Amino acid sequence: MATLIQVSGLRKQYPLAGGGATPVLHGIDMTIETGEFVAIMGPSGSGKSTFMNILGCLDTPSAGDYWLNGQAVARLNPDRLAMLRNRQIGFVFQGFNLLPRISIADNVALPLLYAGVGKAARRQRAVELLQQVGLGTRSDARPNQLSGGQQQRVAIARALANRPPLILADEPTGNLDTHTSDEIMALFDRLNSEQGITLILVTHEPDIARCARRLVRFKDGHIVHDGAVNV
Amino acid sequence: MSWHAAPAEAWRALGANRLRTALTMLGMIIGVGAVVLMLAVGQGAQSTVRQAISAMGSALLVISPGSSSAGGLRGGAGTAPPLTLNDAQAMAQLPSLSAVAPVFPNSAQLVYGARNWNTTVYGVTPDYLTVRAWNLDDGQPFTHGDVRRGTRVALVGQQIVANLFGGTDPIGQTLRIKNLPFVVIGVLERKGQTLDGRDQDDAVLIPITAAQTRLFGTTFPGTVRFIIVQARSDAHMEDAEAELTQLLRARRRLADDADNDFTIRNLSAIAETAALSARAMAVMLGAIASVSLLVGGIGIMNIMLVSVTERTREIGIRMAIGARRSDILLQFLLEALLLCVLGGLAGVALGIGGAWLVGELAGMAVVVTGSAIALSFLFAAGVGVFFGFYPARQAALLKPVEALRHE
Repeated sequence: MATLIQVSGLRKQYPLAGGGATPVLHGIDMTIETGEFVAIMGPSGSGKSTFMNILGCLDTPSAGDYWLNGQAVARLNPDRLAMLRNRQIGFVFQGFNLLPRISIADNVALPLLYAGVGKAARRQRAVELLQQVGLGTRSDARPNQLSGGQQQRVAIARALANRPPLILADEPTGNLDTHTSDEIMALFDRLNSEQGITLILVTHEPDIARCARRLVRFKDGHIVHDGAVNV
Repeated sequence: MSWHAAPAEAWRALGANRLRTALTMLGMIIGVGAVVLMLAVGQGAQSTVRQAISAMGSALLVISPGSSSAGGLRGGAGTAPPLTLNDAQAMAQLPSLSAVAPVFPNSAQLVYGARNWNTTVYGVTPDYLTVRAWNLDDGQPFTHGDVRRGTRVALVGQQIVANLFGGTDPIGQTLRIKNLPFVVIGVLERKGQTLDGRDQDDAVLIPITAAQTRLFGTTFPGTVRFIIVQARSDAHMEDAEAELTQLLRARRRLADDADNDFTIRNLSAIAETAALSARAMAVMLGAIASVSLLVGGIGIMNIMLVSVTERTREIGIRMAIGARRSDILLQFLLEALLLCVLGGLAGVALGIGGAWLVGELAGMAVVVTGSAIALSFLFAAGVGVFFGFYPARQAALLKPVEALRHE
C-alpha cells in the first residue's frame, strides 16, 4: 500500500497577546496509508482539531513536515494549498457548511467550479454524485429544504466532486440522530471499502469510532494511542 | 475559476439579496444620473452661447459716439457728436477691415392690411447682412444703389412675417412703416435670441438713407447710431482697433491730450467671456455631480464591507473546497463592479430622462452627448473597482480556518 499521509515532528503553537506562545501540538509523527479508515478521538483542547486543520491544508504547522500524496505541503503558499484542498481533499463538517442560497446541485458543483470545469460538465457530475448519495431527484432543492441527514449527504457528494483520495470528516454525525448517523456511517464505509477513499474522521462517540479500522487518541498535544479500535 | 463563471457567480450573489442590491445601486443610479443631467445642462448652456456667438458674426467691433465733456461737465453716452455715413465711408478704406456697416435703428409702428405691430426698424447698408452673417430665406437683399437712392424697400424678420403677414407671402407686399409704404423684397432667415434675450427676428431692415431722410429724420445729415465693422480676421482685431482710433481722432479733430469721444467695443471679446463662463458653469455642475457619484461609491464600499463580514463563513467554505485568494478577490470585486455597471446603466437612463424633462419643463437647452454618457459610465465602473477593491481584498486575505470558525 502506498503512503498517503506522512507527518513528522509536527508542531503548532499559537502566539499569545502578551508574548510567548501556547503550544498545541508537540511534535506529532504519523503515517497513514492509502485506503485506511482512521478515527481520531480526544477531549476538547487535545489538539485533534488543529491536527485535522493542518492535514486539511487549512492551516500550516509551526514546525515539522507534512507530505500529502508524496508532496511536501508544510511550507506551500496559500494558492498551492487551495489547489491541494480542491483536488486532494474532501471536507465533511459537523455543521454541513452548505451555501444556503444556491441549489444543492450548485453546492456539489462548487469544487468543480474552482477546478475550472465547464458548466454542462459541472451539472452532469453534480447530478451523478447526488444520485450516488440517494438525492438524485432533489438536485434543485435548497439546503434548508432538506433534513440534516440529507444535507450531510449533499456535503459528502460535494467532498467527492473532484475524486479526491482523502476525505476529512470533523464530527460528521454530531448534529444527527442515531438512525441517521448509522446511514451516514454506512455511506462512509462504502466509500472506503468500494472506492478505496482514505477516511479520517474526528468523533466523540465510541459507536462512530468503532466503524473505523484504526484509532488515534490525542491528549494534550500528544498521541497517546495509535492502533486497534478498542472502544 | 474560469473567467466566464465568475460573473455568473457575482450575478447570483447579487440576486440573492435583491433589496440590498437595489438600495446599494440607488446611490450609483443617482450619482451617474446627476452627472449625465448636469453635463447635459452645461453642454446646453454652452451650445446656446455658441449659437448666439455664431449668429452675431465674428471678428466684430462696434463703434458708437461717446460722451461729450465741456468744462468738466460730462454728458451721457451718445452726447458726443454723432457718427455719420462719411465716417463709415472713411472706415471702409482702412486695410484691416473687410466690411463696414453703419446702423440707424429706430422704433416704428408697422401696418399691413388690418394688422399692425411695433418693432425696431434698422436703417442699414448691404454690408450689414455680411457682418451679421445673416442670409435671406426668400427674395433679394437691397443694393448699394438702393442705399444711394433711398429706395423704400424692406427686408423683414421671421417674427414680422408671423405677426403681420399670417399666411400670405410677404415678398412684393407693401408694408407701411410710420404710414410710408415700403415694398418687402426679402425675408430674413431665423436668427434666434441674443445673449441678453433680445429677439433678433423681430426686426425690419431698410436702406439707411431711407431711414435717415424719409422715416425718422436726423439732426445732422447722414447721422448713424453706431457702426459695426468686421476685421479681416480675428488676428486683425488689434490693428483694426488702432486704425479706427487714429482715423476717428483725426476726423473729429481731437487734441492730443483729449479723451476719445467715441467707444470701440469688441463683441468677440464679450462673446468669449460668455462662452468661458458657460464652460466654467458646465465644469462646476459636472464637479458637483461627481461628488454624488463619489458618495455612491462609498456607499458601495460600505455595503461590500458588511457583505464580506456577513459572508465570512461562506468565504471560509469556498476556500476549504479550493477557492484561491484571487478567486475570492475576483468574486467580490465583480460584485462591486456589477453593482456599479448596472447602477450606471440605470443612471444613464435616469440622466437622459431627467435632461429631457428639464428641456421640456424649464425650456432650457440640454445636450446629452455620447462622450458625457461614456465618461460618467466609465467613471462609475472606476468607482466600482476603486471602492470594491478594499472589501474584496479583506475577503481574500481571510484565513480559511478562521473564516470557517466564524459564526
